[in-house]
Amino acid sequence: MNTSALVVMLGTMLLVTGLMIYFFMRVLNTPPKPEPDSYLDNDDEPERQVKP
Amino acid sequence: MSANKESWGSRVGLILAMAGNAVGLGNFLRFPVQAVQNGGGAFIIPYLVCFLVMGIPLLWIEWSMGRFGGKFGHHSTPFIVDTMHKNRLWKYIGVFGIWTNIAVASYYCYLESWTLSYVMHSLAGTFSGLDQDGVAAFFNEYVSIGKSTLGIPFEPIVFFVLCLLLNTWILSQGLAKGVERVAKIGMPLLIVFGAFLAYKGFTVEQGVDGAISDSATGLNFLWTPNFDELWSPTVWLAAAGQIFFTLSVGMGTVHCYASYVRSKDDIALNAMSAGWMNEFVEVVLGSSILIPISIGYLGIDRVVELVQMGGLGLGFKTLPYLFFQWGDVLGAVAGFMWFGLLFFAGITSSLAMGTPWIGFLQDEFNWRRKPAAWSFGLIVLILGMPTVLFFKYGVFDEYDYWAGTVSLVVFALFETILFAWVFGMNKGWREITSGADIQVPYIYKYIIKFVTPLLLLWVFVGSLVTPKGGDWAKAFAGDWVLDDSSIINKIKNVSLKRQLAEATDPAVIQQLQDTLFFVNASRILLVAVFLSIAALVYVAYKKRVREGRI
Repeated sequence: MNTSALVVMLGTMLLVTGLMIYFFMRVLNTPPKPEPDSYLDNDDEPERQVKP
Repeated sequence: MSANKESWGSRVGLILAMAGNAVGLGNFLRFPVQAVQNGGGAFIIPYLVCFLVMGIPLLWIEWSMGRFGGKFGHHSTPFIVDTMHKNRLWKYIGVFGIWTNIAVASYYCYLESWTLSYVMHSLAGTFSGLDQDGVAAFFNEYVSIGKSTLGIPFEPIVFFVLCLLLNTWILSQGLAKGVERVAKIGMPLLIVFGAFLAYKGFTVEQGVDGAISDSATGLNFLWTPNFDELWSPTVWLAAAGQIFFTLSVGMGTVHCYASYVRSKDDIALNAMSAGWMNEFVEVVLGSSILIPISIGYLGIDRVVELVQMGGLGLGFKTLPYLFFQWGDVLGAVAGFMWFGLLFFAGITSSLAMGTPWIGFLQDEFNWRRKPAAWSFGLIVLILGMPTVLFFKYGVFDEYDYWAGTVSLVVFALFETILFAWVFGMNKGWREITSGADIQVPYIYKYIIKFVTPLLLLWVFVGSLVTPKGGDWAKAFAGDWVLDDSSIINKIKNVSLKRQLAEATDPAVIQQLQDTLFFVNASRILLVAVFLSIAALVYVAYKKRVREGRI
């Protein structure tokens, strides 16, 4: 490949892949909000139950 | 009381469903063709700029509008926008958010059914012994509902109905158990299939399996920047247009999905995550398959000729032939993966198109999920049959142009004005940042208020009065002749009428006259559907007044 094409391609692909991974990791690593939240799957987890 | 008590299963599921909504066939078929036609590597600069100043703002606008409407129990755009301002007319603008989805689903499900059929034909080895013309002829015969290779009578209709049944059944299972589950399976598989094909795209070697050039030739062709093109409004218009189609904004699906998010939960990070996931699939995977493989085996000149037919031509008429250059087994596997990834890209989008209608019926008329889903399937079947039966008369393209192209820009323009200027940017900003898990850059407050609406206005006006050949310099110099692709000339059927005036062969004249009839009939049908939905919105409004809900 010629240099300019290689620079544009790698620069773009690394930027886009990097940002995709960064934001997805932020989602995975952010603790969920207290119940009741928007999501059903974690509703039964004992530590997420609303204290009376 | 609304019958709508649905929720998402998990945050990752919501993001995958939202990314699946955005990722469509255009990521693999439209983006590389647009890039090739608009300056190669230099296209990416306007493309990314448009993503930053138009795509991301629109995502945040739609996510926050959806979540805001959801707070009042609304899950479709007519009543979501109705909550944002007291003027009663806004809800009729919101009709776009249901109409677009029904109209697009009607032809999109047909397109999706091709991918399902081609998965089966790839595995059955249908393309194994065919040359390139044979594969192209297979496609032409398929869409003209010619003889079936597998002995299935009316094969395209059978696959269309099958595809619709599958969509409807999944929709009837609900958000978490239907749509989200498909996204959780489909998106990872799509990325795996895409990664395999991208690897093949990067490793084409001259002289091996009949390749006439290395991958580098195709990648150079796609990525070598032509910076002169950066100053062309046509390139910027194409980049802005691509951002629209790729993110599925201006449709009402993002609003609908986001309306099931509670007001304390994040939308800012979710929107960024889903948006960049779509960009990854488009820019990284989408650019590494179609063009490098096609150029490797066919050469630049032939591919330049083929891209004039658009990505569909390359994807369906050429790639199946090229895959079988790798041998029967790898050809079948690659065909399965290519059409499989297109199918997953398609179904995650078509499922999203069903949810606003279902949400509307549940909210306004207390329908249960299942009958609402089946009513969507029935409407799409009725509205989609003309695209199947009269494909050669341009019905498919007509749906795509008005519902899948023009209406997206119109609705996005209206919703941006509503959000930033009518609802108010201060309230809008609070909606975007409320519960946010990331710091939203403050500059976006001004981008959303000024830059995004102006850009959208420019895209709309640019499409309305596109000058001939996209020559803006000549147009601004005073010689403004409209291009046949401009909205005004499209409405007037200028291109068809010119072809009709120039035709001498009676068969061609008859074909063009029939096309003109079907084109106009399609438009009348689409307008009738829009008016019918608007009438339903009116009935729902009256019902709300009677019940004291307004």
